[in-house]
Amino acid sequence: MTDECASGSSTPAPDAEGVETDGGIQAYTVRLELVDEPGELLRALTPIGENGGNLLSIHHERGNITPRGHIPVEVDLECAPARFDDIVQALRDAGINVIQAGPERYGEELSVVLVGHLVETDLSDTLSTIGHDVNASVVDLSLAAPDGMAEPSSARVRLAIDSGNAAAVLESLRELADAKDLCLVEPLVGGDA
Amino acid sequence: MRLAVLGAGAVGVAVTELAEEYGHDVVAIADSTHAAIDEHGLDAAPALEAKAAGDPLGSAHPADVFETEYDVLVEATPTTLGDAEPGFTHVRRALEADRHVVLANKGPVAERYDDLRMLERESAGSVRFEAAVGGAIPILSTIEDCTPAAVRAVRGVLNGTANFILTRMAAEGLDYEHVLAEAQDLGVAEADPTFDVDGTDAALKCVILANVLSEGGVSLSDADVVGIRNVPPSALDLAAEDGKTIRLVGEATRDGVRVGPRLVPENGAMAVSGTQNIVQIQTRHAGDLYSSGRGAGGPETATAVLSDVGRLPPIG
Repeated sequence: MTDECASGSSTPAPDAEGVETDGGIQAYTVRLELVDEPGELLRALTPIGENGGNLLSIHHERGNITPRGHIPVEVDLECAPARFDDIVQALRDAGINVIQAGPERYGEELSVVLVGHLVETDLSDTLSTIGHDVNASVVDLSLAAPDGMAEPSSARVRLAIDSGNAAAVLESLRELADAKDLCLVEPLVGGDA
Repeated sequence: MRLAVLGAGAVGVAVTELAEEYGHDVVAIADSTHAAIDEHGLDAAPALEAKAAGDPLGSAHPADVFETEYDVLVEATPTTLGDAEPGFTHVRRALEADRHVVLANKGPVAERYDDLRMLERESAGSVRFEAAVGGAIPILSTIEDCTPAAVRAVRGVLNGTANFILTRMAAEGLDYEHVLAEAQDLGVAEADPTFDVDGTDAALKCVILANVLSEGGVSLSDADVVGIRNVPPSALDLAAEDGKTIRLVGEATRDGVRVGPRLVPENGAMAVSGTQNIVQIQTRHAGDLYSSGRGAGGPETATAVLSDVGRLPPIG
């Protein structure tokens, strides 16, 4: 599928993950999780081409469905390093679940539940603070407010974080929850469980 | 061994009733106002029947227990915080008289661990407290067998009342107040459930564990404690959608103690249901060890007390 969505840039660099090629083009691997619906793959690939990425290969792991029923997809692409963040952001803006983007980034996932006056304490500010200050990226949010927004509500937030960064992210989340008087239900990490 | 039992609640009574089966004699049992004493071996049944009927246990004064010939003081009076009195004084008097002490009372071990160990060093007697953490489940003896230095962390569900409430909330989608009322009807929760649902009880157990791992220096005021009152059914629903549930988990490490509601895999070991407890002992060389079982109850806790008695060395 090489060049299918390319925007006309440069020669492909075979087998060149992270190696800089002529014109400063670099190869990257992006791992996505797609909903199992027709058209999802195309929807995931479009933002890559539209933002200056050149597709090298796509590995669509249909046989390796996640516990949540999603299909992992690994995409190798190349682009100018300056464009890579735009590509990842465009994928996220399109609602695509990015598990890993480039080396050492978003290597793990972490789910937490927040309880309290989520709306009154500005949920969108909470989420953008997580993105800016907590060094994590929100990949999924489920909100439950069975008693209306005036009563405490709950949100499950799934975060993509850098590998090995869970302790620091949880510490930042605790500070954020304290500041907004929210109850943070953390995952139990450590041990085999 | 000759046992002097202080405290005639569920645990003290069960220790008295089961002692013979474990090869020990009870020479005294006391509550806060009265005592029944017989240095040649107490026939406890009449005293316990009297107590059950609302009459005094016996004609002796509780202080007379310390004038009795005994080998092991079983401290099973209610847990108190802060100075941990009167439990701590009971322990001090026994150790100063070169007797062994076995505690079911968490107060002195959690709040005054260093004082307790200092008294033990100056005494011919030893102190044990398996029953103070996790009822019938062998936790401290397991840590002792692994050697505390080889244990990195202990985590667990250590309060049956809080676990019962979370389990019922998740299963029935009912709110906290509703399930608490049900738990009180069933006798699973006290009329004042604060100690359990605010995490204090679990925290005391974790403080004891942290003291064992760190050889002292930890008390309840060092613990970071959050209870379960603020966990709504919607949070449990959201957790379940992701294959998880919420448990009140306590963690004891050399860095400190944390107790709070945590996300755990719904079908994982930590997600014990009802009043069950579980502990995970994370070891340096042997991975994780798990023990689960009944974390409270008279006979259950009494078995931990009597196992401790069996581990005591002869005095002399």
